[in-house]
Amino acid sequence: MLRAAGPRRLLSLASWLLRPQSNCIKTSKYNIVTFLPVNLFEQFQEVANTYFLFLLILQLIPQISSLSWFTTIVPLVLVLTITAVKDATDDYFRHKSDNQVNNRQSQVLISGVLRQEQWMNVRVGDIIKLENNQFVAADLLLLSSSEPHGLCYIETAELDGETNMKVRQAIPVTSELGDTSKLALFDGEVICEPPNNKLDKFGGTLYWKENKYPLSNQNMLLRGCVLRNTEWCFGLVIFAGPDTKLMQNSGRTKFKRTSIDRLMNTLVLWIFGFLVCMGVILAIGNAIWEHEVGVCFQIYLPWDEGVHSAFFSGFLSFWSYIIILNTVVPISLYVSVEVIRLGHSYFINWDKKMYCAKRRTPAEARTTTLNEELGQVEYIFSDKTGTLTQNIMVFSKCSVNGHSYGDVQDVLGHKAELGERPEPVDFSFNPLADPRFQFWDPSLLEAVKLGDPHVHEFFRLLSLCHTVMSEEKSEGELFYKAQSPDEGALVTAARNFGFVFRSRTPKTITVHELGRAITYQLLAILDFNNIRKRMSVIVRSPEGKIRLYCKGADTILLERLHPTNQDLTNVTTDHLNEYAGEGLRTLVLAYKDLEESYYEDWSERLHRASGAPEAREDRLARLYDEVEHDMMLLGATAIEDKLQQGVPETIAILTLANIKIWVLTGDKQETAVNIGYSCKMLTDDMTEVFVITGHTVLEVREELRKAREKMMDASRSMGNGFSYQEKLSSTKLTSVLEAIAGEYALVINGHSLAHALEADMEVEFLETACACKAVICCRVTPLQKAQVVELVKKYKKAVTLAIGDGANDVSMIKTAHIGVGISGQEGIQAVLASDYSFSQFKFLQRLLLVHGRWSYLRMCKFLCYFFYKNFAFTMVHFWFGFFCGFSAQTVYDQYFITLYNIVYTSLPVLAMGVFDQDVPEQRSMEYPKLYEPGQLNLLFNKREFFICIAQGIYTSVLMFFIPYGVFADATRDDGAQLADYQSFAVTVATSLVIVVSVQIGLDTGFWTAINHFFIWGSLAAYFAILFAMHSDGLFQMFPNQFRFVGNAQNTLAQPTVWLTIALTTVVCVMPVVAFRFLKLDLKPELSDTVRYTQLVRKKQKTQHRCMRRVGRVGSRRSGYAFSHQEGFGELIMSGKNMRLSSLALSGFAARPSASWIETLRKKKGGEGSTACSPSGAADKTLKV
Amino acid sequence: MLVSWSASEGFAPQEAEARPSRCPDNSAFKQQRLPAWKPQLTIATVLSTFFLTGAFCLSVGICLILSANSVREIQVYKCSDCSKLRENSYNWNIECLCSVDFKLKEDMLGDVFMYYGLQNFYQNHRRYVISRSDAQLLGRDVNRSYCAPFTTYNNGTPMAPCGAIANSMFNDTIDLFYNFNSSVIQVPLLKTGNSWWTDKNVKFRNPQSHNLSSAFAGTARPPYWQKPVYLLDEEDERNNGYINDDFIIWMRVSAFATFRNLYRRISRKRHFADGLPAGNYTFHISYNFPVTKFKGKKYVILSTMVWSGGSNPFLGIAYVVCGAAATLTGFIITAIHLKLRKKKTYFQK
Repeated sequence: MLRAAGPRRLLSLASWLLRPQSNCIKTSKYNIVTFLPVNLFEQFQEVANTYFLFLLILQLIPQISSLSWFTTIVPLVLVLTITAVKDATDDYFRHKSDNQVNNRQSQVLISGVLRQEQWMNVRVGDIIKLENNQFVAADLLLLSSSEPHGLCYIETAELDGETNMKVRQAIPVTSELGDTSKLALFDGEVICEPPNNKLDKFGGTLYWKENKYPLSNQNMLLRGCVLRNTEWCFGLVIFAGPDTKLMQNSGRTKFKRTSIDRLMNTLVLWIFGFLVCMGVILAIGNAIWEHEVGVCFQIYLPWDEGVHSAFFSGFLSFWSYIIILNTVVPISLYVSVEVIRLGHSYFINWDKKMYCAKRRTPAEARTTTLNEELGQVEYIFSDKTGTLTQNIMVFSKCSVNGHSYGDVQDVLGHKAELGERPEPVDFSFNPLADPRFQFWDPSLLEAVKLGDPHVHEFFRLLSLCHTVMSEEKSEGELFYKAQSPDEGALVTAARNFGFVFRSRTPKTITVHELGRAITYQLLAILDFNNIRKRMSVIVRSPEGKIRLYCKGADTILLERLHPTNQDLTNVTTDHLNEYAGEGLRTLVLAYKDLEESYYEDWSERLHRASGAPEAREDRLARLYDEVEHDMMLLGATAIEDKLQQGVPETIAILTLANIKIWVLTGDKQETAVNIGYSCKMLTDDMTEVFVITGHTVLEVREELRKAREKMMDASRSMGNGFSYQEKLSSTKLTSVLEAIAGEYALVINGHSLAHALEADMEVEFLETACACKAVICCRVTPLQKAQVVELVKKYKKAVTLAIGDGANDVSMIKTAHIGVGISGQEGIQAVLASDYSFSQFKFLQRLLLVHGRWSYLRMCKFLCYFFYKNFAFTMVHFWFGFFCGFSAQTVYDQYFITLYNIVYTSLPVLAMGVFDQDVPEQRSMEYPKLYEPGQLNLLFNKREFFICIAQGIYTSVLMFFIPYGVFADATRDDGAQLADYQSFAVTVATSLVIVVSVQIGLDTGFWTAINHFFIWGSLAAYFAILFAMHSDGLFQMFPNQFRFVGNAQNTLAQPTVWLTIALTTVVCVMPVVAFRFLKLDLKPELSDTVRYTQLVRKKQKTQHRCMRRVGRVGSRRSGYAFSHQEGFGELIMSGKNMRLSSLALSGFAARPSASWIETLRKKKGGEGSTACSPSGAADKTLKV
Repeated sequence: MLVSWSASEGFAPQEAEARPSRCPDNSAFKQQRLPAWKPQLTIATVLSTFFLTGAFCLSVGICLILSANSVREIQVYKCSDCSKLRENSYNWNIECLCSVDFKLKEDMLGDVFMYYGLQNFYQNHRRYVISRSDAQLLGRDVNRSYCAPFTTYNNGTPMAPCGAIANSMFNDTIDLFYNFNSSVIQVPLLKTGNSWWTDKNVKFRNPQSHNLSSAFAGTARPPYWQKPVYLLDEEDERNNGYINDDFIIWMRVSAFATFRNLYRRISRKRHFADGLPAGNYTFHISYNFPVTKFKGKKYVILSTMVWSGGSNPFLGIAYVVCGAAATLTGFIITAIHLKLRKKKTYFQK
């Protein structure tokens, strides 16, 4: 237990002098007054915005203003407005959700009376009353409840993702305080640990009436839990608001940026540096020119007032050039990137193939800024329950006395589609049957009806050997409350086959066997634990026979059978292997008849052992061990932990795409490994599966070291003669399947992981884990999930994606570069924390391989082109500088400069950025290797950037010098001067627009109608606007603004001008075509090859399927499938939990919304300290 | 789990009915299945592009070179005596006349144009370019802040026209004489019709008044001008004031520091009906525009014209080079494609 900064004192309500920590939370950022200044302040913290503001200020200085101010202010205002509107909308919703949570009602005991109070008014030290199915408002110390012994049931799904119910118990002295009058007199003091984020630990002491009572987690109800099956309970608020474990546990929300974003920012900085360099060069040029030439030219053009030296003139010209060259980093870049991402997000939202009809949920891109990173994912961290699996257990098969039941009787093969299945078995004979239960093999029911004693015993065992509680609301309407879904499935199966578990008391179990009520005397429950991996009951039948029924893991149980079972064991083992091969969770069932005398003796010893003061556990275990021996095998059950649809296929395809998948689950090792097998992450082809379960640092280190050594040895021995490189190259195109030949897998337990994640071992762990094909971490806490993700992020420099469905995944979802939430289920916290959400794990492949890949491709193409076009555009000024005395004279008309990035060239490249496709979507799935360029960051990196820049500069050189060569001393065909400034400007501008349009045409690989419209439209718009700007009308209105009047019609009527434009276009574009073709011809990318194949196929008009589907490979292995925990057996036997009111269940359906949880969690991010009142571990004292 | 089954399935259907379908539309646009043209660089398209471009460029280039060769041009450097005189700005009002003789070895047939050329005159300097008021030149009386530094005189009299461009207007007068059989014939020159129609009729307009001099009342000529703007051409009302052709042409600033402006066209009358016959000619120049100050030079140029303009060989040569390069690249690509390409550029299966 932690006892940090100082104990925290809680005192009674009587003294209200110190109004302690309130339960109010605040996640919003602005109010109406602060919105504008705060938002603007935040926006100008963006480097880009500040930069443009700075430019704007520069442009307002007349001496250096080489461009009109509106060339900058128009886009800047546009950007600021759009962002502000978006922020305002977001904050509005935050306000709404804050209010919703803070105004929830809860009943607070104030001076002996229960009053309705809003959540935000609940204080530390208050006693509040909770009712069934209510959310717990703050971290409470459970005082008393409606259930006997102060028990109460909670669901902690919002906290840790576990959906099974948990029991909490009030300490005995307070559990008596059942009514408000007694509670009002309660004046205990609690000293406890300071607020922390450990969900499973609590330490404190209650001082009451001169006594000390230790408090543990067992007595606590944490904020975020839901009260279940308990009519009411009272609790004392220990931590409120931001101090609650839920809030403490919520990870920090970071503003996520994509790697492209970061690269872009670096590049923008470089460009800025480049800009400064150009500015300096031109400024020096200006100083020299003014010194040498400008001085003499002063008769015609005297220096500006205040400019007395060439040096100062150079200084001014530096700023002037900064202004006109700023278009190398246009503000429209940021806007366009956002627009493209928004478009991609909409495509994700609109995707019908990511719509789950069953749950009626479409995919949703909740963050619109991360799309291209979906195309670069290298590591996926997946939750298990609810993500890979549906958390539904189905009794699927069984083996009774060497006969296997449960195969679907189907002529079409045993994996028939749902529609082709035969009718399920009809259980109508049994009025108590659960109508939702389905079984497909009628022969089992026939065996029951025929009275097969083995089958009867089999189901009798299932109906007796469990810790399920039953509830009968009305006659025949049974509800089972199982601690684990597995048990529920087994008992339900027995129920439907006519062995209905009806009710239990601490000493009896009543079963309806084929309509006949039989009450068994329950003598003992030998409860489950992780080491025993089995549970048994000892019952006395009405006939007086004592029998032990046992179910457990095959590995354990098969060793404990009576030797006479050998033959049956062999057959059953075969069946077990078969079931395991299908990824089913198996259990072996056995029984043993006990002699009355033996039992008496054993029971006596058990009684003594359980009373023993020391080594109780060991003595009990030994006794259990003794009795569970020489059992008779009954059979085996196989439960299907239903995977989500298409999980194995998705994992296979993602693995082929070179994405590593790690499963991080809070579940048990066995369950996790089992799922690993059933979703084909683990296969029997794997050389070895390392299991790390060490409890100490040394053990863990040793285990990791061994695992690494084994892998090294193996690779050394394999390395001879068959190099990995060869294997890679040979498999590159033809069969990508072979590249994933399973090698090693790593399974690590939560407690070992805690050591492995320590600073001195984390690298070791990471290296080992990354060498493995599959990694499964089980029993991990939410925080560990986040730590694992952080670890990979930190050392691997790879893009990580976390996918999960529960509150326990929230921290991991927030930590990973991309967080994906599974939506459409009960909990929505994961979804609210996520960047993307959809309802099926299988959609992940589409999200990554199709949307992600396209987004990345489009974004890269967009960026390349964007930098190219702006360099081509801007660098012309640089060259012109050498001919105009470095005077910062622009080459183009100012309107062209304003509109170039907004109108003339923005839409075609946007259309490409939104719609482009290199290969059709089906091909992305067929050739998962197409995903690789994104992971390797091949399409846009510094090298690509320099190529774009080089191309841009090349274009700008030609763009300037070809017209220069033509225009110098040239005359029009009517004899007038051709080389006037305005004609030159129009010629260069026109050829620039045409060249960049041709270039975008070359870059666009997918010409939809929209692309056509935008490309041709932009050209048309250019000419339309050109003629409009040069028209008489505008000039008449604003003669000083529209000086180019008549220029377009006069210049563009010259054949020489058009020949110049044509020549420039040809010279700029042809080398690009040549290089592209040669690259395609000599070093084709996989996507080129795929595309070319399409073309060839279309010509041949033949159709082929290219990729083999992943076959279902049976794996021989068995697993143990209990997912519940120890302890219920004891509760049952003690009878503590026997009085469960039916009322507790009635309100179950009406679950309150869980969105406030998200609000709580979000709160941590960004403004961690905006809670209504400051918290702290400082001593606080008040009296109850 | 059993409990939760009953819970979740209990109300799911109702909820489902209550909500409208959230299923995305199945439109081609939203599903990214828009029909599209997917162009690809294939050997056929690339080679045909290169060879066609090569052929096109070569033919255009040859045409351009051939036509540019038929242009006749003669450039005459102006007199040095006067330039020395003009170096000293105190001599600004001393008239300086000089004559330059030259000989045409062959006829200049067709339209002949007379230009003055300036070298090293930075008409494209930013502060020079912006120093004008188009509103003023349109005959409006508006604020002349655009004209800095030549806006007003110290006494507040506005300059008309204002600005550095107008102030530095080229003000030499050049006459051409043909020495025909020892008699000197003045070559008739056209001083109007040399500027763009839009400039003459739209961009420049005199202030409205009953006569030109009163229109410019209250203004003063720019400091370097020898006469006010309403006396630029006293003979022709439609070539006077702001709409004077020489003025309009000067106001259309050049893109580069070395440029030529159209000064006069040869009127094709009598002797000169077919252009300028071969023989001896003399320019009579009234030398006013100082160039040595800014280390510049000036020329007088006579040139004929073809469809592609005057004699600038650059475009033709550039086209020929470009065409040759394109064709050559075409051959190189063919060679590379045949020799070096990867044999398997698509999946055979």
